[in-house]
Amino acid sequence: MPHRFVSLTLCVAVASAALSSGCRKSGDASGDIAIGHYASMTGPEATFGQSTDNGVRLALEEYNAAASVGGNRFRLITYDDKGEAAEAGVVVTRLVTRDKVTAVIGEVASGLSLAGADVCQQNGVPMVTPSSTNVDVTKKGDMIFRVCFIDPFQGYVCAKFAREHEPLKAQKAAVLFDQRAPYSVDLAKEFARHFETLGGTVVARQSFTGGDQDFSAQLTSIRSSSPDIVFVPGYYTDVGNIAVQARNLGIKVPLMGGDGWDSEKLTEIGGAALEGCFYSNHYSHQDPSPRVQEFITKYRSKFNKTPDGLAALGYDAARILFEAIDRAQSRDGAAIARELAATQGFDGVTGRISIDADRNPVKQAVILEIKGGVPTFVTTIEPER
Amino acid sequence: MADFVQTLETALAVGSLYALIALGYTMVYGILKFINFAHGDVVVLGAWISYTVAQWCLKRLAPADGPPLWLGPVVLACAMTVCGVLGFLIERLAYKPLRRAPRLNVLITAIGVSLLLQNVGQLDAVFGSSPVSMPALLPNPALVRMSFGGPGSSEVVIGLVDATIFVTAGLLMLALETIVYRTRLGAAMRAVSFNAETAALMGINANRIISFTFVTGSVLAAAAGFLYAMKYPGLNQPAHTIWVLLGLKAFVSAVIGGIGNVRGALLGGFVIAFVEQFGAFYISSNYRDVYVFALLIIILLIRPTGILGTPYREKV
Repeated sequence: MPHRFVSLTLCVAVASAALSSGCRKSGDASGDIAIGHYASMTGPEATFGQSTDNGVRLALEEYNAAASVGGNRFRLITYDDKGEAAEAGVVVTRLVTRDKVTAVIGEVASGLSLAGADVCQQNGVPMVTPSSTNVDVTKKGDMIFRVCFIDPFQGYVCAKFAREHEPLKAQKAAVLFDQRAPYSVDLAKEFARHFETLGGTVVARQSFTGGDQDFSAQLTSIRSSSPDIVFVPGYYTDVGNIAVQARNLGIKVPLMGGDGWDSEKLTEIGGAALEGCFYSNHYSHQDPSPRVQEFITKYRSKFNKTPDGLAALGYDAARILFEAIDRAQSRDGAAIARELAATQGFDGVTGRISIDADRNPVKQAVILEIKGGVPTFVTTIEPER
Repeated sequence: MADFVQTLETALAVGSLYALIALGYTMVYGILKFINFAHGDVVVLGAWISYTVAQWCLKRLAPADGPPLWLGPVVLACAMTVCGVLGFLIERLAYKPLRRAPRLNVLITAIGVSLLLQNVGQLDAVFGSSPVSMPALLPNPALVRMSFGGPGSSEVVIGLVDATIFVTAGLLMLALETIVYRTRLGAAMRAVSFNAETAALMGINANRIISFTFVTGSVLAAAAGFLYAMKYPGLNQPAHTIWVLLGLKAFVSAVIGGIGNVRGALLGGFVIAFVEQFGAFYISSNYRDVYVFALLIIILLIRPTGILGTPYREKV
């Protein structure tokens, strides 16, 4: 009997030792600070996640190479959320509770950031979203930050451009949005509001559901309202399909959208149908400033392609986070959040970033036009003062 | 007026696709009295095989002035062959061993086969998990432009792709109609459908007829997948919910038309497409799926056996 008890205790001891060593391994055995990244590495918005992850990795590599002896070194854990909100909640929980990351970077799509932000806020882990523009994301709490502009501004930028850009001067706009994506719903609303404030008329409001294939009913209805511009604040896969069908139905006016268009896949899907269409974005790879060009050179030599806006934002988000952790001198979530909030005048690839009281930066936006399949810089629009 | 005709045209094109898919559901139901939930995934496979073959050929040929016209039929034939073989294998491996099992077991097996196809298709080694863009095998010039009213008013545009969908779908349906109602094979199919055991006693090889039914249904599904990819070139990854919805709507078409009835499936496909397109145009596009399923509920309340279904009387 005592014999059995000893062996049982031994078993428990061995098991708990194995468990605790397992924990330590995924914790901070190496001394590197673990940063979690959740992103759509596959699925209909796959290039969003892939670009962002590349940007984050580039920043990480540079930072670790430059770290002095005894300075902080970082290590990245990336999980794929497949572009699904439910999956995003699961992987962020895994990052926070099992991998015990110090901070989280992610997502691009606002609907997914909203899901991840709940988990981070509840667990007191700081989260920086590189490119979710929906207002509600940072309203989740004091742990949630972003490094991109927000949709009320993006809607204003698009409306202003549509109304005032020289050959365009749109009087009538139609809006076609994805009713399931918070990003799309709000951006459509903001665009319509600003477009009407600026003296235009919104002649048609139609919606679809992300992933839909057939848009003929909506586009036929839009066609009969004969707009000067069609505002489609969707993600690139849907936008490509919409553009093709719009042209087939004989809609000749330009389409316009937001940063959800930013992917090399957009023109692959939409092809010639997208010629002469516009979208607002966080940066242009044609920006001649040395800061931008240096980033592009480094990115190209590592990944062999031109970075899109999401890669640039991933890069900026990671660098802002690393610096905040350095300044905090601690792995405590609240301390890091305080330092993130104190970010002022950070010289990012996507512009000068100062975090305001709502944990959002105030930044300029650029408008790009698709010419010969390439997004080409048209103009920069500054925030309203 | 132009908008009405344009919506009508879209409804006809979409309806042909639903009808082609619905035929597969209805034929299998007619013979085996069970719903082959994996059928929708055979459509997806058809679309993705079309993409893979087209992409491979274009890479080899690298034609300077767009894809040659013969490529479309070749791609279609490849997709039909692969799906036909797969349909045969699915029946042999998954359903045949369960021929004498309760119907619920077969139904659950069908769901299993469906999930298997979806997830295997999503593997990187197979089709991958990112959406792709189907190369345009046909140019899409407007064949017909009708103008109603004065200059500047909207036109009705019928493109070459939509026309190809009508013609191909129409020919395939005609071929099926001929096989089922005009050949000995079709007579055997109808006999097995009516009563498999008695048909077997009359010397009909029921297993062969069942295999043939699966192959035919899968071949039609492949054609639907190919045409779908022509019309909507942005192909979602195989496990995307949009494919499930497509399969579901085709299934609803079969039920509305009267499941087990070949002509009913055709009718159902068009009815569904009309309700969906006109509802989306005239009422609101937010609820386009709601119209379809609401119609299903109404039909099931009024005529549980579907529009063309024969009422089934239990003999005591």
